[in-house]
Amino acid sequence: MTKIVFFIILTFGVELFLSGHNNPGGGFIGGLVLSSAFVLLYLVYDIETVHRGTPFDFKRVAAFGVFLAVGTGMLSLLFGESFLSQTTWLVDLPVFGETELGTMTIFEAGVALTVLGVVVTIILGISEDVE
Amino acid sequence: MNNILVLPMILPVLVGVMLVFLRPYIRVQRILSVLTTIASAAVAAYCLQHIHLNGIMRLDFGDWLPPHGILFVGDSFAMLLVLVACVVSSIILLYAFATTGIETEVMFFYPFFLFLVAGVNGSFLTGDLFNLFVCFEVMLLASYVLLTLGGRKTQLKEGMTYVLINVLASWFFLLGIAYVYGVLGTLNMAHIAVRVAETGQGPLLTLIAIIFLIVFSLKAGLLLYFWLPGSYSAPPIAVAALFGALLTKVGIYALYRMFTLIFIHDPVIYKIIGVLAGVTMIAGCLGAIAYSDIRQIVSYNVIISVGFVLTGLAVATNTAFQGASYYLIHDMVSKALLFLLAGTVVYLTGRSKFNEISGLIRNYPLVGWLFFLTMLAISGIPPFSGFIGKVYIGLGVIETGSYVLLAVSFLSSIGVLYSLLRIFLNSFWGETIISEDDHKPFQKTIGLPLVLLAILVVGLGIGAELLSPYIEDAANALTNPEQYIRAVMGDNLE
Repeated sequence: MTKIVFFIILTFGVELFLSGHNNPGGGFIGGLVLSSAFVLLYLVYDIETVHRGTPFDFKRVAAFGVFLAVGTGMLSLLFGESFLSQTTWLVDLPVFGETELGTMTIFEAGVALTVLGVVVTIILGISEDVE
Repeated sequence: MNNILVLPMILPVLVGVMLVFLRPYIRVQRILSVLTTIASAAVAAYCLQHIHLNGIMRLDFGDWLPPHGILFVGDSFAMLLVLVACVVSSIILLYAFATTGIETEVMFFYPFFLFLVAGVNGSFLTGDLFNLFVCFEVMLLASYVLLTLGGRKTQLKEGMTYVLINVLASWFFLLGIAYVYGVLGTLNMAHIAVRVAETGQGPLLTLIAIIFLIVFSLKAGLLLYFWLPGSYSAPPIAVAALFGALLTKVGIYALYRMFTLIFIHDPVIYKIIGVLAGVTMIAGCLGAIAYSDIRQIVSYNVIISVGFVLTGLAVATNTAFQGASYYLIHDMVSKALLFLLAGTVVYLTGRSKFNEISGLIRNYPLVGWLFFLTMLAISGIPPFSGFIGKVYIGLGVIETGSYVLLAVSFLSSIGVLYSLLRIFLNSFWGETIISEDDHKPFQKTIGLPLVLLAILVVGLGIGAELLSPYIEDAANALTNPEQYIRAVMGDNLE
């Protein structure tokens, strides 16, 4: 049951994340939903089991997210544009048809990863035993 | 478009994030972090010269023109503070290398140090009220971590007070921002200034102005400083020096920005600031004289100087603004030095009450003479860095005829001198309490940052002439808010 709910939440998170460009949603909300999926896993299974399935440090996920988000901003400096400028391309992909690809998505992915990393780190931090 | 303007904030963020991945490599972390702050200082110096030649710089993020997008605005006042903040934090980093233990360093000490610098620089540079809030939060979150890192009991106790006070202040800040947006429909600071001038600063806007006054007074330690002495004496020495040098200055900067650019039409507010500044100086002096804990005395000295700098805002003349710019720069450098010296004394002797220590100058002559020099500089004795700022603020106060404020602010200098002289006479003179066996060696790595800061203190006093063109730019930008507004809104105003 948890596994099904987990995938529903994950899918919803990705859906929210992708719709964010023109509709309500985006990296922050998507990241929150994604992290709620992980928190659910932590609640259902114990921390050790989940860690075996996700062998990465969520602090680093957060750091990588910030790096990605700030990095896309810095990238526009290389092209002689203002900091945080974004571009989009219309590309004809085989299956999806005409698709809009934007650097905004990379930035948003950074935001989503940051939120995911921070929220999970906080939850794990609270759950830790302190003597 | 001046992308370079964003570097003093983005470089520390970017490098700080990278350091998270380099967690086990402390040496690499140290080198990268000090290089970053030096590079930011170099960028700030370049920008300062650029502003001097070509006027105020502006960067619209993602080319969204004001008032729609967020933006960074670099005027001389902000850029001078960015420059000094970067230089001072580089030197404090050197001290942190020598004194911070490996177990603290590995807990992301340097990333958070850099995030704090990023937040401070961002707060100085931003031209958008909500962005100012965000940069404040970046700075504060980093400071929460640095304050409690190590987890000693006093740190956690003072950390609790500090976090609660700042969360409350941030909530008020947000409230004020919501009011401004509700009343004026914009958050761009220059645009707010234009709209306030258009509609006139009625009772409603003055009320909002007072909310901001309360918020920034809490952050700067203007009268609402009750949280400050405790939380500035709890953390490790290097962190305390960073706090003492930078954090209150951001609050002071925000007060200056608010009340020289936006809410400038109601003279009552300046009277309130004047009264607050006077009371702050008196209360700060009482605190500095009342305590015998060296770190407490040093923290109260921060409060006195907050009151003194805001005297300049209360009278709001060009001369006073020049003095305030000088004094802010001096205060960042000399407070960093004072905190480091006080911390060094406590570290070397293992005691924190000045009447339990004596004869230090025999064992550690360098620390003793540097303390003497800092004391002279902070009390405003020429030729050191505090003198010129005090003279100009004093001249500004005389121009407006606020003689009570003048008397209070110069008597406060005597209070500063007395409180530090007591430490000097008791702790450095007399019979030494340190026996041959207890003598802790004084490492060169601790001495170097102290000497560098002392050179700055002397240099700022003697080389004040070199700085004066930039100081004049800063004071002119503060006296003529039209400059700032034109630089931001120039394209869309007419």
